Amino acid sequence: MFDFGPFFDNFHEILEGFWATIRLAAASAVLSLIIGTLLASFRVSPVPVLRSFGTGYVNIVRNTPLTLLLLLCAQGLNDTLHLTFSESSSTTYYWWAVLGLSGYTGAFVCETLRSGINTVPLGQAEAARSIGLTFSQSLRMIILPQAFRSVIAPMGSILIAMIKNTTVAAAASYAEVALISKTLLDKPSFASGAIPLFIGVAIGFMILTLPTGFFFGWLAKRMAVAR
Amino acid sequence: MTDSEGGPDLTKGTGPEDAITQAAATGTGPLVVVEHVHKHFGELHVLKDINLTVDRGEVVVVIGPSGGGKSTLCRSINRLEPVDGGRILVDGKELPKEGKELARLRADVGMVFQSFNLFAHKTILENVTLGPMKVRKQGKQESEKHAMELLERVGIANQAGKYPAQLSGGQQQRAAIARSLAMRPKVMLFDEPTSALDPEMVNEVLDVMTGLAREGMTMIVVTHEMGFARRAAQKVVFMADGQIVEENTPDEFFTNARTDRAKDFLSKILTH
Ligand SMILES: Nc1ncnc2c1ncn2[C@@H]1O[C@H](COP(=O)(O)OP(=O)(O)O)[C@@H](O)[C@H]1O
Ligand SMILES: [Mg+2]
Repeated sequence: MFDFGPFFDNFHEILEGFWATIRLAAASAVLSLIIGTLLASFRVSPVPVLRSFGTGYVNIVRNTPLTLLLLLCAQGLNDTLHLTFSESSSTTYYWWAVLGLSGYTGAFVCETLRSGINTVPLGQAEAARSIGLTFSQSLRMIILPQAFRSVIAPMGSILIAMIKNTTVAAAASYAEVALISKTLLDKPSFASGAIPLFIGVAIGFMILTLPTGFFFGWLAKRMAVAR
Repeated sequence: MTDSEGGPDLTKGTGPEDAITQAAATGTGPLVVVEHVHKHFGELHVLKDINLTVDRGEVVVVIGPSGGGKSTLCRSINRLEPVDGGRILVDGKELPKEGKELARLRADVGMVFQSFNLFAHKTILENVTLGPMKVRKQGKQESEKHAMELLERVGIANQAGKYPAQLSGGQQQRAAIARSLAMRPKVMLFDEPTSALDPEMVNEVLDVMTGLAREGMTMIVVTHEMGFARRAAQKVVFMADGQIVEENTPDEFFTNARTDRAKDFLSKILTH
């Protein structure tokens, strides 16, 4: 039952799966922060259309299962409507997975950031306006920097959840570690190596997520704004 | 009630430093004109037909019971609150309704708040240079030089590298004054600048304000500090229930108010 043989025989393939997971997670981390920041800016903006868009987006996306969103991207938009990013289908599926995962995670980033915006005293926004900064300047220079600093720790949790959510990208036909594991498990020759595989993949994820958590905890302390 | 002791002495004429803050009072006619201004918050009629004229270099003290609309009036003058009726002219121009143009013109009206409202994630120096650099598009070196001169003037140049939370209330408020002055405003509004301060810090802020007044800065000051009003103001405006009930000289107002409403109010703050 604890036969590590098959695990190490296919070690190279598993590592490649992890590499695919890391590439997906890294791109999605950047993109979901951008999407989340934009959405949060929309939600606090003085323009009603933008506010409604932000609210609508968050409420729809946050309440849709991620698997469904990824299926929509890969099978709906890509396979059926033929919206593609590149000639190579694996590249296209990669970007659809990034887009689906970031679009989903962005909604959570937005809501977390919004709670951070609420910690910035209203008076500072008024002071910013009174010295002549425009709304977008005061958002960029005064409000968001402080909002980010106050939500670094929960942002870490979102990032960890997102890293684990990469395993759902199998639904978007993206060959990350979960999909590769499943393919391996389907091989009769691999049967005895199932539990080592689970243990190995779990440890692999912890190698990604534990430092992320520690790093964000450290950063939150370092960057705290004294009031 | 308040006489200056300790703190920076800014009450003397200081020669070339006048140029640091001197209002660009080059035009003619009154600097601030408030005409038939009305403001509602829902059903609540907060400003009822307010008329007020502030001349260039004039210091007006606004006094009155809490909830009377003093803050709302200040906030309307630099359009942090839009008004529902009437108009407000600063240096002959009405502030535009929204957008970049409003932001730029709003910087002509400096505002100092009760709760300082310094940017908590920026140093004192950065607080003061932000506006000049981002709104006036001034260079960094020039902005920092001017900022240090202003911090010197308000007596906290040695705190320039610290963050707001590291300063006392009085120091924070002086930094906030410097931040407003850095925009070279035509008029300065002060909304109860000393009410959030411990008593021993009130004078250091009032002294800075008195110095500004002596240099000819046009100021509208909401305060109950009678010493300051008598020392620095040419006019006292008594506001209650959204109306200007009395306009008078400081000496007349505090010794011999014309209206019963004002007398009643004064008797209450004087017995304390
Ligand atoms: N943003 C607001 N929304 C609703 N009511 C307000 C708001 N700001 C002030 N008010 C009300 O307007 C009245 C005048 O307030 P304010 O101008 O702050 O008075 P003062 O500064 O003289 O104490 C008060 O009754 C206050 O409750
Ligand atoms: Mg008030």
